[in-house]
Amino acid sequence: METITERSGPATHGADPVGLVEAARAAAAKVVDPEIPTISIADLGVLRDVRLGADGVVEIDITPTYSGCPAMRMIALEVEAAVESAGCGRPRVNLVLSPAWTTDWITQAGRDALLEAGIAPPPPASSRRALFAEEAPVACPNCGSRDTTLISEFGSTACKALRRCLACGEPFHAFKCL
Amino acid sequence: MTTIAITETPLVLSLLRLADTALVHSHRLSEWCGHAPMIEEDLALANLALDLLGQARALYTYAAEVEGAGRTEDDLAYLRDAPQYRNVLMAELPRGDFAFTILRGFLLSAWAHPFWQAATRSTDAQLAAIAAKAEKEAAYHVRHTGEWTIRLGDGTDESRRRMLAALEALWPYSGELFEADAADRAMIAAGVLPDPATIRPAWEATVTRVFDEALLPRPADGWMHTGGRSGRHTEHLGHMLAVMQHLQRAYPGCSW
Repeated sequence: METITERSGPATHGADPVGLVEAARAAAAKVVDPEIPTISIADLGVLRDVRLGADGVVEIDITPTYSGCPAMRMIALEVEAAVESAGCGRPRVNLVLSPAWTTDWITQAGRDALLEAGIAPPPPASSRRALFAEEAPVACPNCGSRDTTLISEFGSTACKALRRCLACGEPFHAFKCL
Repeated sequence: MTTIAITETPLVLSLLRLADTALVHSHRLSEWCGHAPMIEEDLALANLALDLLGQARALYTYAAEVEGAGRTEDDLAYLRDAPQYRNVLMAELPRGDFAFTILRGFLLSAWAHPFWQAATRSTDAQLAAIAAKAEKEAAYHVRHTGEWTIRLGDGTDESRRRMLAALEALWPYSGELFEADAADRAMIAAGVLPDPATIRPAWEATVTRVFDEALLPRPADGWMHTGGRSGRHTEHLGHMLAVMQHLQRAYPGCSW
């Protein structure tokens, strides 16, 4: 576990520990993915844990979607700012790798938000695909047709692929399955 | 010029071998940024490079923690010279043409996928955690480079000619992926690293499956290049590091 943020400190006023953790969790949960700002880090499954450390500092664990996800530092800074603004002190934000993030952790609210933004959410349980197995069908976020084809497994961010709908002709982003 | 001397216990050495292979391969892939034959492929190669860079960062951070000398991931990447790098030679060869880049990516990811899959069961919890992420990413790399290997091998006369040339150049570097020296054997015995002998069948199966479809012959295993994992490199690595490390060499300790 690696601590990303540089400075931390406890809340200055005497909030009760349970209320403090809940307030910190609510503030952190509202932070959005800077690359897909329609989905919060809570709905994306990136926010893993919020707790009170022995020194009275709020501890927050986040996990990357991909090893090289360049958004992690930005997310850590935004979590730090959100939690501090909520009066919970300056938290310690940790990067945890285990258990490894999977698309199955995206909540139903998160999947709806992706669809709303024109990004096809990953099919459920699609993370357990065999190496050379056929991929599960992906529905077009615009017209709903399942007649879609892959343009590229790699899109504008590490977590998205490029697809095209053969029914309505629109290209679209699809969340990659991990 | 500042260089640092790393205390290479078997675990630190093993982590550096994995990290260096990922970083050096990542850098070679990133050289395509803005130059790939089409925009989708430009994005794809940059994404592959980013995955490998992320894996390298996690491995360097852990290696620095295990070494316990107060170093960071950046110190390990920027302040070691070529003889201190521990990557396999295949990763450092110049990027070549697109066929060469694709085939190198395929041969390396066809090894990385079963390697990381086995390493998820490592007795070392942090290595197992890194492996759990890397395994999923490597699966994408095998599929992507495998599809291109088929398309180019069973493509035009020109694409096939280039693929055969890449195969002839790269195959003698494949043996190094399955070597095990004393440090490796210590880590295998401790359950930290998988035995390369157990990785080989999965690598062979993937290579054979894709080569059959690509109409590429599987070359005979003759004499193999070796030395990268012990710091004996081709002349190409020094040139690559001169570019990659330039800023830290010119302005030691600079950050932004």
